[in-house]
Amino acid sequence: METKRLVFIGVGGQGNLLASRLLGEAALAMNIPVVVSEIHGMAQRGGIVESAVLLGDVSSPIVSSSEADVLIGFEPLETLRALSKCNKDTVVITNTHPLPPFTVAVGQGTYPKVEETLKFIRERAKKVIELDGNAIAEEVGNPLSLNMVMLGALIGSGTTPIGAEEMKKVLSTSTKKAFLESNLKAFDLGMAKAV
Amino acid sequence: MHKLLTDSPGEKMLLLGNEAIARGALEAGVSFATCYPGTPSSEIPMNFFNISMESDLYFEYSTNEKVAMEVAAAAAVSGLRTIVTMKHVGLNVAADPLMTLAYVGVKGGMVIINADDPSLFSSQNEQDNRYYSRLSGLPMLEPTSSQEMKDMTLKAFEMSEALELPVIIRTTTRLAHVRGPVELGDLKPIVKKATFEKNPFRFVTVPAVSRKLHVELLDKFDKAAEISNGDAYNEVIGTGKWGIVANGACFNYVKDAVLDLGIGENVSILKLLMSWPQPETLCIDFMKKVDKVLVVEELEPINETELKAFAQENGITIPIKGKGIGAFSRLYEYDPGMVRQSIADFFGVEYKAPEKMDLAATPELPARPPNLCAGCPHRATYYAVKQVFGKQAIFPTDIGCYTLGLLPPISMADFVICMGSSASSGCGFAQATNQKVVSFIGDSTFFHSGITGLVDAVHNNHKFTLVILDNGTTAMTGHQIHPGVNTEPMGIERTRIPIESVVRALGVQDVHVIKPFKLKKAMESIKNAMEYDGLSVIISEEMCPLFAKATKQFKKSKPFRVNHDKCRNHRDCLNFLACPAMYLEGDQVEIDKNTCIGCTVCAQVCPENAIVPVKA
Ligand SMILES: Cc1ncc(C[n+]2csc(CCOP(=O)(O)OP(=O)(O)O)c2C)c(N)n1
Ligand code: SF4
Ligand code: SF4
Repeated sequence: METKRLVFIGVGGQGNLLASRLLGEAALAMNIPVVVSEIHGMAQRGGIVESAVLLGDVSSPIVSSSEADVLIGFEPLETLRALSKCNKDTVVITNTHPLPPFTVAVGQGTYPKVEETLKFIRERAKKVIELDGNAIAEEVGNPLSLNMVMLGALIGSGTTPIGAEEMKKVLSTSTKKAFLESNLKAFDLGMAKAV
Repeated sequence: MHKLLTDSPGEKMLLLGNEAIARGALEAGVSFATCYPGTPSSEIPMNFFNISMESDLYFEYSTNEKVAMEVAAAAAVSGLRTIVTMKHVGLNVAADPLMTLAYVGVKGGMVIINADDPSLFSSQNEQDNRYYSRLSGLPMLEPTSSQEMKDMTLKAFEMSEALELPVIIRTTTRLAHVRGPVELGDLKPIVKKATFEKNPFRFVTVPAVSRKLHVELLDKFDKAAEISNGDAYNEVIGTGKWGIVANGACFNYVKDAVLDLGIGENVSILKLLMSWPQPETLCIDFMKKVDKVLVVEELEPINETELKAFAQENGITIPIKGKGIGAFSRLYEYDPGMVRQSIADFFGVEYKAPEKMDLAATPELPARPPNLCAGCPHRATYYAVKQVFGKQAIFPTDIGCYTLGLLPPISMADFVICMGSSASSGCGFAQATNQKVVSFIGDSTFFHSGITGLVDAVHNNHKFTLVILDNGTTAMTGHQIHPGVNTEPMGIERTRIPIESVVRALGVQDVHVIKPFKLKKAMESIKNAMEYDGLSVIISEEMCPLFAKATKQFKKSKPFRVNHDKCRNHRDCLNFLACPAMYLEGDQVEIDKNTCIGCTVCAQVCPENAIVPVKA
């Protein structure tokens, strides 16, 4: 099976670890070899959180620089920062909603303009899927469903062998009842942005 | 039911390496588990903690790693299957019992889980604990995947019982925090109690006994070497003339590189699953069959050096290389691309790395360091202490969330080397300089190794201030309990040891208990402590809001907002506190009402009274 190297990048609290884990669960359910790596600990106090999912004939759980097939960025500045993981064939999926770090508020650096960030990425990646994930999460009435939106966009992009049905099955068994409907809606809307 | 108690052998689960270890222990019928938490090992005890509430497993969060090791040792010499877990630097704390426990050995299987952290994702150093197996003479297993984490844990219990020696399993971050498919095996019933059989000539290590025990340890070591040379753990994969030796996470990078480079036919890989004792015969045979050897190991060149010694003794003259090939160094973790490139370089294989994106024009990006949470009580304590002591005092600090006080605008961390060092180094700074000294220590760290430093301060009349940040939990590593925690709201029976009574009982005369969210009063107490001619202890009590929420003890209050009619935009709030709930909208400070937890501290800091509660 063809190897797929996916990098998820986000900010503490955005739920990208859960997204990568659920993708791994779906792969397992489909009998696709999978490893998922996560960084726990210090990174979670509002810092950058990175995870990776590797599918196919591969044992290494991490992605070296320039080796990502897909980069899923939950925040535009962090997508930009993580471009070193990409090469000319990488598909980039990015949330466009900015979350400036507190260093910006205290005057240690400026937050790059989102439009310029996106332009920078577009000029370099093979394909960029852009969506305002936070707006969609608000729209479904569950601000915490950003990770479902991004997962939807990933599945919609067709860059992995994992289908929407399998993914939704995993979401249904691993989500609390109260959030299931909004999560599935968020997933569908994210997916619609990518296909 | 806890997912790791799922009794369906053959089922495949996606398990974190640390979960796989816990499952492996359950499949071995583990009855006794101890730990002191530490990344990247903490998920193992977190699972045991929950499992112990619904099974006969005994589990405790011990005071520190030395205590955890000794409590576990007693259970193991009594005959119970026992596991103790810690991070790499924890084994330094437990090194004393480790060394002589190796002499007396065990009866019930005892497994020591040691989690190394190459690249220092969340540690104060990246020491290579493979040296501890060499130092103690204990066998070491180094699994390479989630499945092996489980399988090796199970086998380690068996090996430990067969050899009557504790067995160390060494993991690294890229094994502990990786999820992979794991096929479940049978669960074994838990044996609750054993009977200790006295044998002073084995268990009481006076010199005359230990002289004999050391001989026995070396005998056991020879037996372990036989196992290592056999085919149960270590193996040679392939028959090619290019030799590669790999252990732990590196084995995966090697396996993938060989596949990616299409050199499977040319290569033989020696996979070191049981890395100590070294499989000497296997290594020698391996080296005799290949033309050259590349050793792929993170951190210290341990296998490399040992292989070179074997080669020297056996007249083997092929090139044996490791550190220095490509980007292989003693620093930080390896990665797949780096290993692929080094293998290609060393064996002269043509390889073109994927074409990089041209990122030369990337603008300078603002950093996103981790930060104390919104409403973290540590921020308030730091603010209050700085108001009183100023910036000039020396601030020895310690390890925990509060180490983030290093960052501006707090900038109150001047020295930290290990857990507990704030209290003892405070003694040294106070004696060695004429500067004022204020040390900071967390509550879990105080119990772990701060008390002894405080005893030193009292006894030797050191004059400084120790601030104990009592947030009612071990926050940094995932909100575990410790001896000072009131566990009643969690429905667990443990006896709480109030920090204030410990401090007073040690003979500290000037003790202040403050509430950091009541800034004015807190600052008065801090001022009194500063003026006291002697040793002062300030206990700052306020629960970590994340722990409070997780245990349903959080009292919800109204979030705050900036009243722009009053705000004069001098930004004292941002410049002194920088709570992450604050942000700039244009050039005005705003507070995000979803992030703010209503701790009221910024409202007390604002001299314009411009920060007010959001009206319902
Ligand atoms: C010897 C050793 N054991 C474990 C750790 C991991 N560790 C880092 S901080 C910490 C505990 C912090 O708890 P506390 O002192 O209560 O501070 P808090 O994080 O709650 O602010 C632990 C266990 C370590 N760094 N060194
Ligand atoms: S987890 Fe608790 S102690 Fe740690 S920074 Fe957050 S609020 Fe503070
Ligand atoms: S009240 Fe002020 S300091 Fe406290 S959490 Fe809200 S914004 Fe932060």
